[in-house]
Amino acid sequence: MIAIVDYRAGNLVSVKKAVDHLGFQCAITSDPAVVERAEKVIVPGVGHFAVTSALDESGLRAVITGAIASQTPFFGICVGMQWMFDSSEEAPGVRGLSVFAGECSHFPPEVKSPHVGWNQLEIRNRSRLLHGVPSGAFVYFTHSYCAPLVADTVACCDYGGPFSAAVERGHLFGVQFHPEKSGDVGLRILENFCRL
Amino acid sequence: MLTKRIIACLDVDAGRVVKGVRFLDLRDAGDPAELASAHSRAGADEIVLLDISATHQKRAILLDAVRRAARELFVPFTVGGGIRSLEDAAAVFDAGADKISINSAALADPTLITRIAERYGSQAVIVAVDAKRLPDANGAHWEVRSAGGRKPTGRDAIEWVREAESRGAGEFLLTSMDRDGTGAGFDCELTAAVVGATSIPVIASGGAGGPEHFVTVFREGRADAALAASIFHFGLNSFAELKQVLRAAGIPVRWPC
Repeated sequence: MIAIVDYRAGNLVSVKKAVDHLGFQCAITSDPAVVERAEKVIVPGVGHFAVTSALDESGLRAVITGAIASQTPFFGICVGMQWMFDSSEEAPGVRGLSVFAGECSHFPPEVKSPHVGWNQLEIRNRSRLLHGVPSGAFVYFTHSYCAPLVADTVACCDYGGPFSAAVERGHLFGVQFHPEKSGDVGLRILENFCRL
Repeated sequence: MLTKRIIACLDVDAGRVVKGVRFLDLRDAGDPAELASAHSRAGADEIVLLDISATHQKRAILLDAVRRAARELFVPFTVGGGIRSLEDAAAVFDAGADKISINSAALADPTLITRIAERYGSQAVIVAVDAKRLPDANGAHWEVRSAGGRKPTGRDAIEWVREAESRGAGEFLLTSMDRDGTGAGFDCELTAAVVGATSIPVIASGGAGGPEHFVTVFREGRADAALAASIFHFGLNSFAELKQVLRAAGIPVRWPC
């Protein structure tokens, strides 16, 4: 079973719907015991980086950290991916998971913020998550903060400069865009994760 | 490169699409779920479903339509019309919408924008603005209308979008009441004025009559997205054709769509 972690960070129906459509068993849950037993964990999330502090308060952070340590495949989406970094300018003092190093920052003032719409992936590295997705493929973004390029960046996107659109190391995966809203390309990415 | 979005709008009454959209190979051209899915397969970047039902009883039918449409839709899906409270919005999100669009209720109580944005994020809150050009003003001015464009509010459109953005709106759906239904082209002056007054994305609506109108609204109106209800009445066979015209004009679009 795939746990879709609910920490009151917006609407998770779309993510569940997409995983259901792909034919994998999943459940939206805020119960640490359910997350602990899950074969895979997805942390979605929209809105403010500060909402991730709810993961600390509910005991979910400890369970997620444990799941990651025991090699459970983990997938962060949007704010869920930003949470995998150290921190974000959006909420100074709120700690991320630090599985990837660096701070998420606001887009430069030259470009309109939020970055909303379909933009292109530039594939940088071999990736299990992006298997079968060509460079130049379009995916749907909606965010005002973005993650820096790191050694584990497998795809970047350009908007006021390059940023990490997808990161991957071992069993840890993150995407800034919304695979559940990115048509066939997005479904392929979700399926790649669900099939691991 | 970030692309300009082409958004298909379905006007729904009592669970049925009412503005005609000619579409081949549909079992039922009035079914919102089937039309939404067909549009997305044909290359629409986003789907908006606007409920124009007036009565309470019909809301339940709408939610069922939203649920069915959302089930097989994997592009952004917005639902608007008749959302008056956080509870109304929650019901629509629970049924599978990614964004909601609010209009009259936001004008009556702008705190509604903030309350929905706090719970679901600003990216999920579209404020729809119906603007009508004022005839005798010095320079161009537009008044905001409510109640589906019927009721003058006395509010200046530019001033209202500034307030709505500060209260947490994530996008604007800007409809020109002067152009809506005319096929004479989008009001690019209005669109550019609103784009210049806000930093969030603006979806232009009202007046699309041909592919060249989309080119103009992206170039001169500087719109981030353009919406049309009856795009297939232009003599276009598909979104692909529209996007080909835009590509030829050097406007970035999602391709292949």
